[in-house]
Amino acid sequence: MELLMAVTAGLLFTAAIYLILSRSLIKVVLGTGLLSHGAHLFILTMGGLGGDAPPVLADGVDSFADPLPQALILTAIVISFGVTAFILVLAYRTYAVHKTDDLSLMKGNDEHD
Amino acid sequence: MINLLLFPIIIPFFTAILLLFFKEQVRIQRVLTVIGLSAGIAAALSLVYKVKQDGIQSITLGSWPAPFGITLVSDMLSALLVTTTLIITLIIVIYSFSSIGRERERFFYYPAILFMITGVNGAFTTGDIFNMFVFFEVLLIASYLLIVLGGEKRQLRESIKYILVNVISSAFFVITIAYLYSVVGTLNMADIGDKIASIGQPPILSVIGVLMMLVFGIKAGIFPLYFWMPGSYAAPPVPILALFGALLTKVGVYAIMRIDTLFFVSDLGFTHTILLVLALLTIAAGCIGALAYFDLKQIIIYNILIAIGVILFGVAQMNEPGMQGAIFYLLHDMLIKGALFLLIGIIIYVTGTSNLREMGGLIKTHPSLGWMYLVAAFGLAGIPPLSGFVGKLLIVQGGFEHGRLFSTIVILASSLVVLLSVIRIFVYAFWGEPKVLRPSDRSIYRRMMFPAVLLVALSVAYGVGTEWIYPYISDAAHVLLNPDSYITAVLKE
Repeated sequence: MELLMAVTAGLLFTAAIYLILSRSLIKVVLGTGLLSHGAHLFILTMGGLGGDAPPVLADGVDSFADPLPQALILTAIVISFGVTAFILVLAYRTYAVHKTDDLSLMKGNDEHD
Repeated sequence: MINLLLFPIIIPFFTAILLLFFKEQVRIQRVLTVIGLSAGIAAALSLVYKVKQDGIQSITLGSWPAPFGITLVSDMLSALLVTTTLIITLIIVIYSFSSIGRERERFFYYPAILFMITGVNGAFTTGDIFNMFVFFEVLLIASYLLIVLGGEKRQLRESIKYILVNVISSAFFVITIAYLYSVVGTLNMADIGDKIASIGQPPILSVIGVLMMLVFGIKAGIFPLYFWMPGSYAAPPVPILALFGALLTKVGVYAIMRIDTLFFVSDLGFTHTILLVLALLTIAAGCIGALAYFDLKQIIIYNILIAIGVILFGVAQMNEPGMQGAIFYLLHDMLIKGALFLLIGIIIYVTGTSNLREMGGLIKTHPSLGWMYLVAAFGLAGIPPLSGFVGKLLIVQGGFEHGRLFSTIVILASSLVVLLSVIRIFVYAFWGEPKVLRPSDRSIYRRMMFPAVLLVALSVAYGVGTEWIYPYISDAAHVLLNPDSYITAVLKE
């Protein structure tokens, strides 16, 4: 099961890098979303999955999954959810102001805005 | 168990929430922000006193025992950083009253600053590596808002880059924490340090060390990872730039200092050599940039890079003077960068441009601005008795003690480049033929000068008063060099 999760996370990273390297702003944003999801799966896997045992430790229970990665992934998901929402709005505003979503056309420096 | 170390985090946080209710009443927002930050400073100062008297303070939230709950730890380094952060923020907020503009103030400018301070202080105080990620996100999300606030064309373009870089580095941060957790099985920083010390440092931990350096290096802007900084920092208005330049990069530097003294101390030849080389390359890159530009903002932004290189060079020495110098220089740099940004903000306000070629002769019309700038510039370059001197002296002493003759001379030489780059601003802006100034309000100018002068005076006092500050710096360096004291303070129960 850990192997499957690792492969899935790897595939997500691959897709994320492919999308982030593209020129379209919206694809880049989707890429960052996939990147965070890859990282989340990864953090869940690295603690060990623990089969179908619940993440609860009580007296007399000796088979349980590590609850900590689940707590971490929950926090990380919430954060990436908020950030993704923010980037989507920002990407829309940038598209509206710059009239393009092609990142290579958004070049500029202090002299040329 | 004492709750004092929570106050610098929660006072800005609750003040920010309170401010959200007063969206339209800018005057109330200003008053509440000043009150909140002043209360924070009072708490932070008493925290410094407490840490000085009783040693490292720690608290585990929810009363879970140490390695399981989230720990907040305040040693002398983090207490000093928290205090400096709050003082600088207060001064920059006062500066913003007359310079940021009512439109931005109405759109949650002050709450965003306070949320960012919550994150910065939290990152300085936390003793849990995942909690550090969370506080990083808090400060980053607030900084996303600050960098784009106003929505100018250029701001939108640069904030897209800034956010993408930081989102990717955050993903790397999560991955690194996952690796670390799978190797040592704990997230409490003291516990991680303890476990790594007991298993030595197998190669996988060196890999994690390099990954961490990558993550924090992006935030701090060390050599190959600084590419986003000059563009993104130049986009927002000057008070925001001052906040970012004075505080945000320093959080990355603090994190590197913390992990390289607490976690990765068993294989100094590997991690700290990398740090040393990167520090030198950062200085070189910063010097090139500082000399290459004719833009006020860019010159000072590249000076941030140089300072980061100097601080990390001190950290890489891992001996008493090097570490003390790094801490001394870190605090100095926060103060002086804030002061310089505020001063160039006034220059930009007076002349209406940030291009050096289009200004001149300001010394005739604005003499006090000129002299203040000169003092700040000398302080940055480290002319005794101003504040840059002692830190650099200690760092250089640390380098020589370590027998790194050549690289230490590079540090010394970088001071000359720093001096040259900031004096160039002075020569171009204040000497020469006076240019026609755009009409500006003299009373706004005076109101902008007050906080800037305050910050310059503070940095001068920091340099002149080295004798009184030294015991605190020495305490902070002592904890960094003896991670055992940190570990026992956290895991004592």
